[in-house]
Amino acid sequence: MASAQDSRPKVEVRGLSKVFSRRRDELAALQDVDLEVRAGEFVCLLGPSGCGKSTLLNIVGGFETQSAGEVLVDGEPVAGPHPRRVFVFQEYGIFPWASVWDNIALGLRHLPQDEQRRVIEHYIELVGLRGFERSYPSEISGGMKQRVAVARALAVKPDIVLMDEPLGALDSLTRHTMRAEILRIWQQERMTVLFVTHDVDEALQLADRIVVMSPRPGRIARIVPVEAPHPREIGSREYVRVKTELYGLLGVSRTI
Amino acid sequence: MGYSLWPFLAIAGGIAVILGSRRLGESLQKVVLPLSAAVIGVSLWQLACEFKSYELRAPDGSVRLIEVFPTPWQTLVELARMLQDGTLLRYTIASLYRVAVGFGLAAAIGIPVGLVAGWSTRAYRTINPLVQGLRPISPLAWIPVAILWFGVEDASAIFLIFLSSFFPIITGAMTAVHSIPTVFLRSARNFRLGRAELFRYVVFPAALPQIITSLRMALGIAWLVIVAAEMIAVQSGLGYVITDARNGNNYPRVLAAMVCIGLIGIVLDLGVRQLQKLDEVRWGFSKA
Repeated sequence: MASAQDSRPKVEVRGLSKVFSRRRDELAALQDVDLEVRAGEFVCLLGPSGCGKSTLLNIVGGFETQSAGEVLVDGEPVAGPHPRRVFVFQEYGIFPWASVWDNIALGLRHLPQDEQRRVIEHYIELVGLRGFERSYPSEISGGMKQRVAVARALAVKPDIVLMDEPLGALDSLTRHTMRAEILRIWQQERMTVLFVTHDVDEALQLADRIVVMSPRPGRIARIVPVEAPHPREIGSREYVRVKTELYGLLGVSRTI
Repeated sequence: MGYSLWPFLAIAGGIAVILGSRRLGESLQKVVLPLSAAVIGVSLWQLACEFKSYELRAPDGSVRLIEVFPTPWQTLVELARMLQDGTLLRYTIASLYRVAVGFGLAAAIGIPVGLVAGWSTRAYRTINPLVQGLRPISPLAWIPVAILWFGVEDASAIFLIFLSSFFPIITGAMTAVHSIPTVFLRSARNFRLGRAELFRYVVFPAALPQIITSLRMALGIAWLVIVAAEMIAVQSGLGYVITDARNGNNYPRVLAAMVCIGLIGIVLDLGVRQLQKLDEVRWGFSKA
């Protein structure tokens, strides 16, 4: 890749606005959002529900179109969904009628058989699902379903993975393990990640930078860098300091 | 006049078994409970016969018991006779053949058309009003039309079966496509599935459980309708047996045919329910 492109951000969001027209009035979901994401960066979009974080993700993914502004990926405007920017949904977009193996094969239909097999085996190994290749989603746990979704997304070798509260449907202990898993996989594969969450700890444990958003209209309140290297010490002074800052930005009381 | 004692004993016994079945194991319950219900049903049937029977005193002083209603035993004897002389097999095959052809055609046309109409808004707007307008018309209302068109032939009955199962199937397929969760379609778009791939890998499998449910419903209706259709539109089959036996004043045979129709109905439904156990569709059914 040319060095000129290396300095260019992977994702550029410029002056992005999104207005949903409702029956009587209009709802400004996003207003004038600017954001740059470097290649290989892990960015969390953090905010309360209704702050437009999912809308932003949907526009980057190409599932929704903006009302104003532009989104560039590698300098090219986004026009519709593309396998280079793969979505992982909260409600597991994996297909219940297909086995784990066939789900991961979804994006690999155009590869030759043996190549397909090699790639699927690699990602099944990566997400720790060996032995469950022939299982159906109804036979495995929520955490395992999300592992399938991650494997299916990564198998097409995307540049960007867009995760929309991917752990939202899981219990808190499984969430914890899955965060560690996602970090491990990200450190191994080095894809760019845009990760939507409303969980402050989740953002703090995962992100290189946390984009804090405020609601109605959705805009960026502040971008908070998290400098601490992985693995992060959850009780460390730095961790608590940033956490306090985030709670302040979100307008949440620190005492309960 | 007197009633037999055994139906009362059987009913009491049946109720006692049902009430006491809590202590039985799961698998034993599955056998014992429906069996008790059957015993009670047959007993009530017997009592109904005895209620309707009366004694006729002849001028010579002899008394004869006139049984108006065929008893379970008489029905069973008649059933055995039909089984022996081959009428039962022949007519069952005739009925099943018509249902198979009519239902098969309805599924072969209804499923693909329903899938397309469920997917494309324009196709839906074109087809749905017609389907919803024709659907409420009882298939029985079509009998005169069918006879006019096809004559008193197999084709008449097949046409009626087609009509009776086509509308539930096509409606089921359309609704099934409409209720596919967005997240599945988005996944498909994300991985750049073409139109044919989209149908093969997403739309069809996602709609399949609901399609199977509508097939099950349609087969039930088809089996209801075939009997009615055969009573009028053709001269063979289990429905025809009923009309024919009534005309010959052979009421045990009427009842025997009814019992057969019920039993075959159960078998057909069990057959369709087997489809729900396939790996590809199990997810769409709650554990049953």
